[in-house]
Amino acid sequence: MPRRRDRARSSLRGYRADASRRSGLHVVGDGWRTLPRPVRQFSPAIALLVLAATYPLYLSSLPSGNVPIIHSFPSVRSAVTILVFTTMAVGLNVVVGYCGLLDLGYVAFYAIGAYTAGWLASGQFQQVRFHFGSVGVTHTANGIHISIWLVLVLAALLTALGGILIGLPTLRLRGDYLAIVTLGFGEIIPQFVRNADSLHGFDLTNGTFGISPIDSPGFGNSLKTSLGLPSAYSQDFDADRLFFWTALGILILTIVCCIRLRDSRLGRAWIAIREDETAAGAMGIPLMRTKTWAYAIGAFFGGISGAYIASFNAGAFPSQFNFNISVFLLCMVILGGMGSIWGVVVAGVILSWLNVEGLANIGTWLNDNIFPAGHQIEVAKYQFGIYGVIIVLMMMFRPQGLIPEARRKREIEESGGHGPLDSSLYEMRSADERGGTGVPHG
Amino acid sequence: MLFLAWLGWNLADRPTDFFNIFLIGLTQGSVYALVALGYTLVYGILQLINFAHGDVFALTGLFASSLITDRFQLDETSTALVIVGGLLATFLICMAFGALVNATIELVAYRRLRSAPRLAVLITAVGMSFIVQNISLAIFNVNFRSVPPLISDSNVFTVGGVHYSWQALFVVLVTAPVLVLLTWLVKSTRQGKAMRATAQDPEASAMMGINVNRTISFTFLLAGGLAGIGAVLFLVEFNVRYDTGFELGLIAFTAAVLGGIGNLSGAVLGAIIIGMIQAFNEGPFLWAPGSDWTRSIVFGILIAILVFRPEGLLGERTPEGG
Repeated sequence: MPRRRDRARSSLRGYRADASRRSGLHVVGDGWRTLPRPVRQFSPAIALLVLAATYPLYLSSLPSGNVPIIHSFPSVRSAVTILVFTTMAVGLNVVVGYCGLLDLGYVAFYAIGAYTAGWLASGQFQQVRFHFGSVGVTHTANGIHISIWLVLVLAALLTALGGILIGLPTLRLRGDYLAIVTLGFGEIIPQFVRNADSLHGFDLTNGTFGISPIDSPGFGNSLKTSLGLPSAYSQDFDADRLFFWTALGILILTIVCCIRLRDSRLGRAWIAIREDETAAGAMGIPLMRTKTWAYAIGAFFGGISGAYIASFNAGAFPSQFNFNISVFLLCMVILGGMGSIWGVVVAGVILSWLNVEGLANIGTWLNDNIFPAGHQIEVAKYQFGIYGVIIVLMMMFRPQGLIPEARRKREIEESGGHGPLDSSLYEMRSADERGGTGVPHG
Repeated sequence: MLFLAWLGWNLADRPTDFFNIFLIGLTQGSVYALVALGYTLVYGILQLINFAHGDVFALTGLFASSLITDRFQLDETSTALVIVGGLLATFLICMAFGALVNATIELVAYRRLRSAPRLAVLITAVGMSFIVQNISLAIFNVNFRSVPPLISDSNVFTVGGVHYSWQALFVVLVTAPVLVLLTWLVKSTRQGKAMRATAQDPEASAMMGINVNRTISFTFLLAGGLAGIGAVLFLVEFNVRYDTGFELGLIAFTAAVLGGIGNLSGAVLGAIIIGMIQAFNEGPFLWAPGSDWTRSIVFGILIAILVFRPEGLLGERTPEGG
């Protein structure tokens, strides 16, 4: 098999070389190929990264307010939310994309993360006074104030633990039952935080008002004087930029972790389970443990994002956590391509942007330019209907997503063209599926 | 056990309230039963949790509200004959409406995915749920809609403080014959036999000359019709909004799972139990957690059943479920 692939590759290379020679671009092409492989491999990602990291710097020179259709580019503040939601989508991708477990309650992890930040870095518990590396808070303030950096880690670990606790009893269930159980948890946890303002008289979550204010990240005064790092983000003039760069850092960390995980022993086990659970079990993969790991790691990233966005918004409110968010995140994973990190990142950025300001802007543009007066439509009102349409259309016509995973493309190539193009979906089938007629791969 | 003890203690403590709540639970459960049957019918034949079902229910309810208030202009001052006639017409139209919407969803979204894996269809169902919900939103806007109290709130009988209202009687009077009719339809007619055969083994049924696609369409029609009846009954007592269907649908689905999904009498039993649990939870009893926690309790039950007894109360242990 490898030999055949090499032959195919070299002939393809030859064809491409001919084409570029004809067009006179071969100088550039040859120069590109002489570069070492890591440079070639990573330069698109690095270019993208530089473009993203400098976004707050060149945003002011981009046209604003008169861009056709989208009105203006997202503000730095919106961009933070976009990045955090993209991080969550990448985390959900571990569960849904790698391991093939449909999770309809990812919002529960978001909520656990946000409320952990609320408990450990705010004045919620007035009964105690505990400070540990907190910044931007006077030392006499009551409540638990732990450094946000530590809280992010704690929230992620606690959420991962929550994922394990939810996963252990439920992961035995087959696909659709698992989906409905996760949905149940996704509904219970927000209702719990909404109602847990007097558990035997103890105010755990401050009910519908939510926990606010939550401390912001920062490096403290000593590091500010010695290294010039910001003391506390919220007190900084350019707070949004600082939040933006930190969010970008978290997203990159998440992406790197997910890529490394995918290629690890654990990741290969996930993909094996996704492709055929029975066969994977027969090959000696411990099903329960592997699936629980997928759940815990997916939850981990949900928790870290939840805690971070709570710190960014300086609050955690129960109205943020509803089923719609779970479906919104699922929509990102489906649109991008289940299992495809870059696909999910692209879809995550696009959909979160639509959610934050894109749809409203596009709606205004449509009402001004397309729809006649009197037939105006509030586009943003139907955002979840639009996501529903995206989900249904993707499932019907392009189930592999916009940017399918490279592994799947290779699989299709290797199968010599007689594999079904939408074979990616057959990999999702549960082992006990009744009407499965998937053509075997390879 | 603890729950039963709690019930018994309440019965001894405040018997009047107990029976009142019991009747409320029965009424509520009847409405849930009609919706739960829709889930169970579809699941039985396609192994699909039709997420859009609850939203079809809400859309039909909104449609019914506009029929009753705008088209027929019924209110409490109309004569009894007009009310009965109007409601009968509403029932028939809404049955047809719900059935058509449900069958259209199947035709447009699910049929193309017949050979796709189950999760793909499930994800599509979630998408359809949002689409139907937004259709309701587009047509009927965000406000709650209700109808004037057509059925009198006064009591049919009162025994020692236990009240039984006309409204409650009305719900039971409509539900019971519908259930009988449904049983007859599934058990004794040719189409019902085809449904049961397809549920057991679609390929073998196709070989035996059953038109599987038509049978599935028929199932969706039936489920939609039941949701239509349920929606009108719900509307007579409560108000409806575009997103009412989501939560009610989940409760009804829980009921179907509790009774054993795919099992018709199980769905009815489960629905009545869930109705009771909800009523007692919201009732004026000691240590009743109250309506704030209803959703958590219902989903807690759902999770517990799926984890410990996935085949439900009346269902059979299947290889998939066990």
